[in-house]
Amino acid sequence: MTGSVEVVYRGIFQKHLGQRITRGIVLAAWKEGKVGVSFGRYGDSPERNGIPAKSFAVVADTEEELQAYLSRYEPSNNDVTVAVDDTLCKGVESWAWYGLQPINKLTRAGGTVLVTSMQSPEELLKDCHRKDAEWNVAIIKGISSFSGLWVFKDDHTDVRVLGAIAKVAPHVVKIESVEAVVRTEYGDELKVASARKAYERVGLRPVRPDEGNPEKPFEFQLPKWWEMKEGLVIPAIPVRQEVEGWEGGYRPGRNPTFKKFTTRTMRPVVDFETCTKCTICWMQCPDSCFDVTPTGHYDANMEACCGCGVCEAVCPVTDCITMVNEQAFEDNASQFEMHQKDPATYKTWLTKMIQDKVTTYRAHGFRYRGQYEEEIADLATAGIVGGTAGEEGPAAAVAEAAQRAQALRKAKVAQ
Amino acid sequence: MSLATQPVPTADKEMLISGCAAIAQALRLASIDVVTAYPIRPYDTVMQAVAKLIANGELDAEYIVACSEHDQFEIVKHASAVGARVFCGSSGVGWMYAMEAIAVTPALRLPMLALVGNRALDDPGAFGCEHNDALCVRDLGWLLTWVDTAQEALDTALIAYRVAEDPRIFLPCAIGADGAFLTHSEALVKVPSQEKVDQFLPKYDRGDKLLHPDNPITVAPQVNEDWVMEIRKQNDGAMRRAPGVIQEAYADFHRIFGRQGGNPFVEEYMADDADVILLGQGTLSMPVKVGVRKLREQGHKVGFVRLKWFRPFPTQEVQDALRGAKAVGVIDRDYSFGSPNYGAVLYNEVRSALYDLPQRPHVISFICGLGGREVTLDSVTEMSEILLKAAKTGRMDQPNYWIGVRG
Repeated sequence: MTGSVEVVYRGIFQKHLGQRITRGIVLAAWKEGKVGVSFGRYGDSPERNGIPAKSFAVVADTEEELQAYLSRYEPSNNDVTVAVDDTLCKGVESWAWYGLQPINKLTRAGGTVLVTSMQSPEELLKDCHRKDAEWNVAIIKGISSFSGLWVFKDDHTDVRVLGAIAKVAPHVVKIESVEAVVRTEYGDELKVASARKAYERVGLRPVRPDEGNPEKPFEFQLPKWWEMKEGLVIPAIPVRQEVEGWEGGYRPGRNPTFKKFTTRTMRPVVDFETCTKCTICWMQCPDSCFDVTPTGHYDANMEACCGCGVCEAVCPVTDCITMVNEQAFEDNASQFEMHQKDPATYKTWLTKMIQDKVTTYRAHGFRYRGQYEEEIADLATAGIVGGTAGEEGPAAAVAEAAQRAQALRKAKVAQ
Repeated sequence: MSLATQPVPTADKEMLISGCAAIAQALRLASIDVVTAYPIRPYDTVMQAVAKLIANGELDAEYIVACSEHDQFEIVKHASAVGARVFCGSSGVGWMYAMEAIAVTPALRLPMLALVGNRALDDPGAFGCEHNDALCVRDLGWLLTWVDTAQEALDTALIAYRVAEDPRIFLPCAIGADGAFLTHSEALVKVPSQEKVDQFLPKYDRGDKLLHPDNPITVAPQVNEDWVMEIRKQNDGAMRRAPGVIQEAYADFHRIFGRQGGNPFVEEYMADDADVILLGQGTLSMPVKVGVRKLREQGHKVGFVRLKWFRPFPTQEVQDALRGAKAVGVIDRDYSFGSPNYGAVLYNEVRSALYDLPQRPHVISFICGLGGREVTLDSVTEMSEILLKAAKTGRMDQPNYWIGVRG
């Protein structure tokens, strides 16, 4: 019998996390006398900020079964698909040209998409694409665990995911072997307890084929060798797109088959009323994502924005551009068009978006030193992350972070 | 005197020039646009000859002295992308130093002509002829040809431009020229008129692959495993089309210039009825032909086949030329340490080409003339006797011989 798990993660921020989860699965299966391999998809190039990438774990009872499964290029009937950031539920576009891949595309019928999220299954199903089979969604309550290329943030997300996998796919790994591996690998009983709690708390939400995002994701058909232009020549993308009703405006030409927006974990929200049309965001954007509107405003095009936050950093007007967590949005609609339609409604929407603690917390791209600690403390105070004894998650770490944040604030006030 | 008022030669003329100078005359007639230079013997003779043509106002081309062979090949690669007819070249380790640029050129489908003045790969530091330098590109998608005389060097350079720049091909072409024997020996060469050359060689037109602001394209993007195999397959397609285009070019060349009328791929010398055949490439054909004549006088049915194009390898032509022989000796001016039978590069290629024949001749490897050592008449006799013995007894004593080595 074979079992497989894919972990969909964000490049750089979660490279270690993805690897630790798939390694943990194989090590746990090993404790049960099984064999297995853990590998990252090589073509993903996960050394790029936020780019969706994948890590796989395949386990089997025998070496022959394992080989039979692996001889296929990419495991495509996973028992569990793990999304360690809930914005990945909107679909993933790898660094390579694969089009937009629904998060559940490689999940087998009856399999489970396991997401770390503060959202409810119903909210996530607005993002997840429909599937021609029944499947399940399961949630590990928590915010996205993001760190860096050289560091790993030990907030127990890795072991909580392992514990939850043992619940939703016990034939892949059993909770006892997960606990045993966490104990031998990390020697930390708090982590063992986190794995067990996640195992106990996670539940399945069955999903019917008619539930989920009905949108058809964009696809890219690879050409035959004789259809490709010879000499490694690609026709350039036109400099400018003609857009009806945009006379006087300017929209740059963009690659229609490689959109990049699934790299985004936060997006700029623009206040067109305070904007001074200074052009700085437009010029500094590394992805040329701003469309120049006929009125001379700058509208961040959500098909092209990677969510890097440079525009927010360079904007000289307070709160004119604010980066907001991507999970707050369901589509890539133009903010400028929304504003044109009804400025008052837009103002209300904007105010809510940029003031809401849930939508403006940072998972990366912090504005100043100590912002992370402040946010964790605030989220704990608001009850958004578990911060009291007995809750799942690293209670001690959260409490400590809250203390540090308080100290920082005091220091600021003293200044 | 301005370039415009320079007299243009209109009639064929005979000149006593070296193989390298003959190539330079071909470059003048082809009106090359960009040439890059970095000195290394024996290739540098051509770079001096081109410099002289430009200095004399006979050729109007950008002459760029690069800071290394790598730069040399990078510069012409880019110049070719923007539509310039380019020339480049090197020898021995210089060619190896440029290898990164050389390796990527075929995939970019950038035609260029390169002269490899064949030279032993240092160490030991040596100037003499060995073919291992040029042969390093045998798997990469370069067209690769060897020339025998200064006249053939001139003619082949013109043919090479026509083939390489054919839109069906768009591949770089290297001409192997034996160091000293060809590069530095002067011979009488018929230099054709500009009119004839203009009739033969069309302008280089890169079409919609031209890198130019008016034709915005991206060349050579980063790709993943979804693309590389298709790109290699395209290269394979170009190489498969090359034999037909080469044949067309030779036929046209013969029609216009009255030379190069034989088989474009192999030259057969007394090989029709031969029991044993020696096969080799480049200038060793001279001593081998003399040796063959002497052995014929003694009543031995010995023949010679000179391979002219190494890439594309003329499998059919080699089979046809060798199928009647009882024993074939492949003379390699190169080595391939540890290869099958401890033979050398050409030996293994020829042996492989003969595999599908229903009745295969014995094939023996002769490693000879390394580092510029002469292939002597005695060596030719020695090799022929080994072959004649194999033909007579129907078996080989050993598959490989080093000929002319002390010991």
